[in-house]
This record gives sequence, C-alpha cells and structure tokens, in this order.
Amino acid sequence: MNLPPAPVAGTRPLSVSTGSPRGPRRSRAAVLGESVLEWVIRLCGISAILFVFGIFFFVLREGVGFLFGGLKLGEFFFSTEWYPTSLSNVRYGVLALIVGTFSVTGLAMLIAVPFGLGAAIFVSEFCSDRWREGLKILIELLAAIPSVVWGFIGISVMNPLIQEVFHVPVGLNVLNGALLLALMSVPIMVSIGEDALKAVPDSFREASLAMGATRWQTVRRVLLPAAKNGLLAAILLGVGRAVGETMAVLMATGHAVNIPKSPFDPVRTLTATIAAELGEASVGSPHYQVLFIIGILLFTITFAVNLVADLVVKGTAKG
Amino acid sequence: MTVATASAATDQEGTGIETRELCLWYGDFQALRSVTLSIRRGLITSLIGPSGCGKTTLLRCFNRVNERYGYVRTTGEIRIHGKNIYDPDVSLVELRKSIGMVFQRPNPLPLSIYENVVFGLRIHRPRSELGKTKLDEAVERALGEVGLWHALKDRLKSPATELQLEQQQKLCIARLIPTEPEVILMDEPCSALDVEGTRAIEELMWSLRGRYTIVIVTHNMAQARRASDESIFMLLGEIVEHRRTEDLFLNPRDQRTAEYVEGRYG
Ligand SMILES: Nc1ncnc2c1ncn2[C@@H]1O[C@H](COP(=O)(O)OP(=O)(O)OP(=O)(O)O)[C@@H](O)[C@H]1O
Ligand SMILES: [Mg+2]
Repeated sequence: MNLPPAPVAGTRPLSVSTGSPRGPRRSRAAVLGESVLEWVIRLCGISAILFVFGIFFFVLREGVGFLFGGLKLGEFFFSTEWYPTSLSNVRYGVLALIVGTFSVTGLAMLIAVPFGLGAAIFVSEFCSDRWREGLKILIELLAAIPSVVWGFIGISVMNPLIQEVFHVPVGLNVLNGALLLALMSVPIMVSIGEDALKAVPDSFREASLAMGATRWQTVRRVLLPAAKNGLLAAILLGVGRAVGETMAVLMATGHAVNIPKSPFDPVRTLTATIAAELGEASVGSPHYQVLFIIGILLFTITFAVNLVADLVVKGTAKG
Repeated sequence: MTVATASAATDQEGTGIETRELCLWYGDFQALRSVTLSIRRGLITSLIGPSGCGKTTLLRCFNRVNERYGYVRTTGEIRIHGKNIYDPDVSLVELRKSIGMVFQRPNPLPLSIYENVVFGLRIHRPRSELGKTKLDEAVERALGEVGLWHALKDRLKSPATELQLEQQQKLCIARLIPTEPEVILMDEPCSALDVEGTRAIEELMWSLRGRYTIVIVTHNMAQARRASDESIFMLLGEIVEHRRTEDLFLNPRDQRTAEYVEGRYG
C-alpha cells in the first residue's frame, strides 16, 4: 500500500493542518477511514475471485468422484443415449444434449447477430439523439424481462405462431428456443456493440465524410473495421448468454432428448437437463454426479467463450 | 452518378471560392457574420486570426461538414468555381469529392496505407472500374506526389495509423489526390508537427500550388507569410482584411490587422 505518511502529531491544531499548503497533513481519523475503506474495496474485489473459484470448486467436488470413477467418458461424449434413471441399463450419453445446446444457440445467433449488430449500428450512427435515448431504454427493458416470462411467451405466443406459419404439428422446438434466445441476447449485443462503435474516434468519421463517403459507406468501410474487436466481443457475450440460458429453453424447446434434423424438431439442452433433473436425483447418486459433470462442461464452455471475448476486447485496447 | 460538378461548369476566370453575406449560427451563437470574400483559384490563401474567430468554421462551410451538427444554421451563398454549393441540386457526395480537407490532427483511416490512398476511389467509382493495376497506379502517383512513395512503397499493407505524424499528414493529403479535387482545405495542418514536418508540408503545398485552390488556416504568422499568396484576417466572425500576403503583413490597411500581425493580440 502506498498511503501517505501518517501525519506528525502537530504543533499546530489539526483543523488547520488539514488544509495546510505546506504538505499532505490530514487528521488521523481521515487517514484511518481511508485505509479501512481501501480494505473494504479490496475485499469486495477479492470476494469476486473467491466466489468464482468457490462455485467452480463446489461443482467440481460434487461431480469429480464419478468423473474419475465409473463414468465412461467415451459414452458420455459420443452417445446419444440419455437414460439416467433406467433400472436395467443406465446410460449417460450427453451428445444429444450438447447438439441440442449448440443447435439452439447457433440458430439463435444466426437470428440475433444481424439484428443485434444492425440495431447497434442504427442506434450509434443513424439515430437522432432523442430516438437514441428512447431506443436504449426499450432495449434495456428487453434485457430486464425474466427468462421465465420468455418461456411463457415461447409457449403461449411462439408455439401457436410457429404451428400456423410453418404448418408443423408442434411449435415447441429448436426454432422456438432460438427465437427466444435471440431476443434475449440482442440487448447485450446492442449495448456492447454500441459502446464499441462509440469508441471509434470521431475524427475517423469526419475524415471519411469529408472525402465524400455516405454514412453507410463510412460505417462499412471505416467504422466496422475499426470496431471489429468490440463487435466480435459483443457477439461472443451474446453467445455466452445464450449457452447458459436455462428456463426459457427448458420451456420452449419441447424437452425431448433428440438430435434435431430440422429447426422444427424438439430438443433438450444441457442447461435444461440439469434444471429438470437435479431436483429428482438423490444426492450423491451417479445421476446426481453426472448432472454436476454436465455443469462442469457448461462452465467450461461459457468460461472459454467469455475468455475469448475478453481477450478480443484487450486486443482492441492494444490496437 | 454524373460527375457534373463544378469542374464541368467552370469558367476560367480567377475565382475559386466566393461567399456572399455568409452567416452561421451554432444554436444561438453567431460564429460567422456576413462573410463576403473571393478566394482566387489555383493560389494558396491563408486564413489568420485569433483563436475562436471562426477560421475553422468558415473552412468547414466550404465542404459543408458543419452540417453534421443538427444545431448549425447557415444563411448566404457560397460559390465554388461558379456553382452555389447550397443549391438543392448539389450532391454532398460530389461536392466533398471535389473539395478535399486536411485536418488539424492527422487522421488517417484505421486501414492500411494502400487502402487509405484508394479510399476515395473505392467510394466514388464503381467496383468494375477498379482493377488492381489502376489502383496500384493511383497509389504510386498519389504517394509520389507527396513524396512518400520511396519511404513507404515496401510497406503499403501496414496500418496507416502507425506512421510518424508527419507521414500521416502527408498521407492525408495524398489520399485526396486520386479523386482529383479542385480545392484543398487545410485546417492548421502543421500544428501537430515539428519544424521539419512543418517545412515538409509547406514545400508540399508549394508543389501542389497552381493545380489546386488551397485554403490554409494557420495560427502561425510566419507560416502564412512564407506559404501563401493571399491572406485573410478574421476577427470575431468577420473578415477584416483580405489582400496579398506581403501587403497584408507589410502595410495593413486596418488598425486591427496591424495590431494582430505585430503580435499585440492573438
Ligand atoms: N461545434 C460547435 N458548437 C458550438 N460552438 C462552436 C462549435 N465549433 C466552434 N464553435 C464556436 O464558434 C467560434 C468559432 O470557432 P472556430 O473553431 O471556428 O474558431 P477558430 O478560429 O478555428 O479557432 P482556433 O484558432 O482556436 O481553432 C468559437 O467561439 C467556438 O466556441
Ligand atoms: Mg480552428
């Protein structure tokens, strides 16, 4: 710590020495208060690290026993047979769940990336100030909708809509989940993407406009290349949000362990499986432990995505 | 798009930029007051005056970049090579293509050196016209003209933002050349450069003189004397005096000009 030297108990009254131009003399209470405050802030920072490691450790501890004793990793990763409660032949293959997660997330991103980045570009470059504020509030509102409510919308709005529009018997499927996830990850993409565009110095815009570029040409030829790291990070954070989302996809994707062949097939994701089954698995049983191993897998995926996003943003700072 | 810009409609008299009763307001604040002047074609004209007198504002009227801000209002007339640039049939794109601007801080685009130079071509010409040889030629010619070709020809793909400031500023001039502007506006182009860089840019301006109408804003009196044919002295949004540079500096007509060029305020 580099606190200023403690004030010398003075020949002069403290109240005077506080404001003295002679040197950094302050009352003892102020110095003490500051160092206490500094420690509190430090603790808050450290606690964040502790929580992350704590959670990781807890999840790992619950699952690690079975991970190294009993679980067949080959079956785990490459089998689509998920029968954790079968009496005669228990099988723990999560391939279908992994594919489920990635198909919903992938389709969600196909929808969300153009919308999210388009909205970010619109808000930051084409909007009048008044519109911008309104839109940002609206987008933040979108981010504040709880995921159960999204699940509701999936069941009661999207489901009949998909049946009607695409003439399919069931509307609870990959497409439904993907639409919800897209709507849920657009806000984060818009706000991070807008920040990235705002961070491009105005002198670039002026240079381009003064050369006779239109606003759209300026966006495409100057701003997108200049902000590409930030925009990529926006996308990745959206992906992270989508991979980890549970409740809405649990409700909207049909809950069938299944490798989808089209967007209209029902699936089940890793997250939905944990949420649906953990309550029923008896504590410490292999089923219970496998669910925790799935947790570790999810943790690893989102951690990797966020790490990459982070590194990408650092790349911006350097470039 | 037709290239029916000023150049087509040009008569060869000596006037490059003409303004009549030009007034400009930033919100309620009037930054230009009835500016009427006539800048001669093909010469270098410097705009001098104390800080805040409206030099930058006036310069930015000539390519209408002031209009980026919603709260700017302009009245009066600006004719560039005979054409009123506020006429409704004027396209901003074509106008800005024929009027290049160099900024106070060098602002190369965050692209490669090569792409900076061909940026104008890319936005103004259809892709079918942009063969590789044509672009390469344009780059060599433009960089050659500003004296950067030999220094940079082996690293055209590296980012322009990594160059030294002086080279960046030269590049900002070079990138105007491929689209063949008629006017080049410079807003204190040397204020971020050292003595060497300043001299290099001034030499460059002289080498461009004649082919382009150049207007340069400067705070540096010595630079105005060295590097311009005519000078315009502004004060509080008005034109005080506009004469040949020698005359303006050696025997100014207006008391205020005299005081300024003697360095009594500024
Ligand atoms: N974007 C703006 N919004 C509001 N007022 C502005 C804006 N730009 C300039 N002004 C005001 O207009 C006046 C003229 O500014 P301008 O930048 O044209 O002066 P200048 O002569 O270029 O000064 P300097 O030598 O410092 O660059 C100043 O009083 C300034 O405060
Ligand atoms: Mg200025």
